[in-house]
Amino acid sequence: MKILFWFRSVAAGLFHRSRIEDEMEEELRSHIQHRADDLVRSGLDRATAERRARVEFGGQLRFKEACREALGGTFIESLIQDVRFSLRVLRKSFGFTVVAILTLALAIGANAVVFGVLNGLILRPLHVPQAGSLYGTEYGAGSGWQSYPNYRDLRDRNRSFDDLAAWKFVFVGVDTGNEPSRATAFATTGNYFDVLKLQPILGRFYHSQDEHGPNSAPYVVLSYGYWYSRFQADHDVVGRVVRLNKRPFTIIGVAPPGFYGTLLFVHPDFFMPIVNQEQVEGASLLNSRGSNGGIFEVFGHLKAGITPAQAAVDLNAVGVYLERTYPKEFAHKSSSLSPTGLNSFGRPVRAFVAGLMLLASLILLAACANLGSLFAAQAADRSREVALRLALGSSRQRILRQLLTEAVLISLVGGAAGLQSSVVLLQWLSAWNPFPGTPIHLPVTPDAKVYVVALALALVSAFLFGIVPVRQVLRTDPYQVVKAGPTGRIGRRATVRDALLVLQIAICAVLVTASMVAVRGLVRSLYGKFGFERNTMLASANLAMAGYSGDNVPDMQRRMIEAMETLPGVERAGLVNNYPPLAYGSGNTANVFKDETRDLSQSNVAAMPYRYDISPGYFDAAGTSLLAGRDFTWHDDEHAPPVAVVNRTFAGKLLGSVTDAVGRHYRMQDGTRIEVVGVVEDGKYLSVTEDQQPAMFLPFLRSPSSQAYLVVRSRRDPQELAAAIRRRLRELDAGLPVNTETWDSLLDVVLFPSRVATVSLGVLGMMGAMLSLTGIFGMAAYSVSRRRRELGIRIALGAQRREVLQAALGRAFKLLAVGSAAGLILGILASRVLVLNCSTTFMY
Amino acid sequence: MSSQARLLPGTLDLLVLKAVSLGPLHGYGILLRIGQISERALLIEQGALYPALFRLVRQGLLKASWGTSENNRRAKFYELTAVGRKRLREETDGWNRLADAIASALAAQPEEI
Repeated sequence: MKILFWFRSVAAGLFHRSRIEDEMEEELRSHIQHRADDLVRSGLDRATAERRARVEFGGQLRFKEACREALGGTFIESLIQDVRFSLRVLRKSFGFTVVAILTLALAIGANAVVFGVLNGLILRPLHVPQAGSLYGTEYGAGSGWQSYPNYRDLRDRNRSFDDLAAWKFVFVGVDTGNEPSRATAFATTGNYFDVLKLQPILGRFYHSQDEHGPNSAPYVVLSYGYWYSRFQADHDVVGRVVRLNKRPFTIIGVAPPGFYGTLLFVHPDFFMPIVNQEQVEGASLLNSRGSNGGIFEVFGHLKAGITPAQAAVDLNAVGVYLERTYPKEFAHKSSSLSPTGLNSFGRPVRAFVAGLMLLASLILLAACANLGSLFAAQAADRSREVALRLALGSSRQRILRQLLTEAVLISLVGGAAGLQSSVVLLQWLSAWNPFPGTPIHLPVTPDAKVYVVALALALVSAFLFGIVPVRQVLRTDPYQVVKAGPTGRIGRRATVRDALLVLQIAICAVLVTASMVAVRGLVRSLYGKFGFERNTMLASANLAMAGYSGDNVPDMQRRMIEAMETLPGVERAGLVNNYPPLAYGSGNTANVFKDETRDLSQSNVAAMPYRYDISPGYFDAAGTSLLAGRDFTWHDDEHAPPVAVVNRTFAGKLLGSVTDAVGRHYRMQDGTRIEVVGVVEDGKYLSVTEDQQPAMFLPFLRSPSSQAYLVVRSRRDPQELAAAIRRRLRELDAGLPVNTETWDSLLDVVLFPSRVATVSLGVLGMMGAMLSLTGIFGMAAYSVSRRRRELGIRIALGAQRREVLQAALGRAFKLLAVGSAAGLILGILASRVLVLNCSTTFMY
Repeated sequence: MSSQARLLPGTLDLLVLKAVSLGPLHGYGILLRIGQISERALLIEQGALYPALFRLVRQGLLKASWGTSENNRRAKFYELTAVGRKRLREETDGWNRLADAIASALAAQPEEI
């Protein structure tokens, strides 16, 4: 009720201000007239009586002000007054204002950008109904990988989910009648769209009922974006037949706009039933329980009342059951749940963004410390003005409010500027396609939350640096100041500012150290040993896209390698199935056992090396040096005894030493006894920051795959070479889509996370350095200007230049030293934590 | 000055309510009425009356309307609302209790202790 009253009178005060003012005026005039009437009656003439009445009444302005206050509209009015006055003050000290606004714009902008990323990647749920209860499962070390048979058991045996859907990536050649192109798609279980509770905007979705065993549902559901860009939003698209890797599929529907699949930063072009996966990938994964490549993520809505923790217990129970039932094919790793959208990337992304947020808030804190000391300095400069106002009867509260208004004004303008630039940056980031030709996006479009946070940050920082001069104002003794001027007590009064400066320098030193450590780490990983030549040319081709199968595949691949070696300038060519090391963060591992092991169950696994299937000549072409033994030959095929080349770590771990290794044996999961014929140097396989991992190389002729990379070693100009490679391959088969790139450019993808980390840390570090510079400069300039008189007297009395400098800047240097020392120590400690964090973060 | 007592804080509102309870008055009239009923014992700064009036109106204890005064001038007249009347009763009781208590405290003689 009271609030209502207050609002009403505030509103009345605002809207009827002039009327109320007029009435007030008239009422006071009427009072004076009445008094004058009385005085006239007592014998005075009218003019004297009126003057006397006015004098008796007292200061009209003061009473009017009191009346306005009593009316309640005063808050807004005095606010307007404060704002006007603050604007005037700020315009007068233009340099200070600009510096303050820029500082805040930078700090708040940085925070808004980081928050925008946090918001886009972590806080914002998927654009599907009831996204809150949608959870994905993770196995072992934060990976979603699962096999299709395991998924089916999970789906049927769990008691925590309404239903479980699953999907995997497929990369296919799409032929719509004209030019064939590559596309990224999700192969999903039939219930995918039903689990997501989505409706198509055109045509229909496929459902579980459409699945009748392998290759029974040749359907395609287009994503809205792909429908728009590839099919020009053609409404007659439903029913059209397109060829995926030469197999006919029927387009049955279009997904709604705003649905970009269930992985936040990869937008698939279309969706297809996973039961038809064999048609596009060449080999079926539907029945191999041991292959974790079958499913990328399993997810679903939790049943009402079930917590993620309960569901995880349930899933783990199913996992234990599966391990007991299929000990040879499945090793259970403890599962956990995470909101669908980031899957196994969630953990590192969350850790990274949280780290960034922490650093960004440190920047803001440093900026506030900076502005706080500037503000306190400014307030001290204005102590005469404050004293005068106090002497004239202004309340301290009113003066503080006015100072705070200045702070809020500055931070609002700075916040608006920072927000503006961060919005531009965020929009640019969301439109950015870091790897051309891939469907990778950063979904960080700013929304209302970003604006609210920026506003809140602006206000909070205004209070943070606005309260710094409060004590100073409260202590001001008008009499002393007006009499003596703002002198003396410099040393004492500077202490708060000193503390702020030390704090700020320390924070900035932490930031700078941390960013230096990150940059050094990146540089080190860029120039480390990878175990291959980085300027090697790669050409990827999926023969399934051109309709090859069976024995045709290795025959054609051999023809391709030989064709490469006839190109002028090419020294050597080879081939690796699927992906070469360090490509797109993909790496297959396999269980191996010692030769003497008889029980090939999961508990006896001796190592899990990365596995690459390669052609003869691969090591030469890739520039991987052979330490002992021999390379493969074209006779190492399925008719020859199984052989392998292993890396140094593998040899050391399983076979004793490099020299001992050649000629010794080990076993694969299926019991095959493999002879080691060669040892190669170590390399990096999944990420550039990984520790040395074991790896084994097997002859590709024993396990053909239609997806392979040709590896071509040449001294020719990369662009010319790429064109020549494409030309030669077109001569072999014109219908085969080929991509060429250098190994280096593939590294871009692997290094992307650490590059992003380094750039963000570098930018934050630079901002920190800038802030500390302005802070130190401001403090030094201020202390010199305050003591100009004293310094002048010193010079007049014969002080030497050096002594004057020492007097003026000694303190600043001392503070600088203390702050930097503290910051460096903290920074080194913090960077230890960061390095740990980063190395775990960028494993993926 | 010596013959006139200064107002205790908060008592102006009570006096204004009392003055107005005897009939609608304009601001100057209220001053005169207070002077009259207090037999000129209380000193009120003329201008200080108005913030009090505005405050009482805002609290809903008084209501104001424009009219013509006995001097044939336009003036704003104040009268008590029902809430104001109730408040006056309460405040009067409270004041009397306080005054009695203080008076008897001050009248205490050494032998009474």
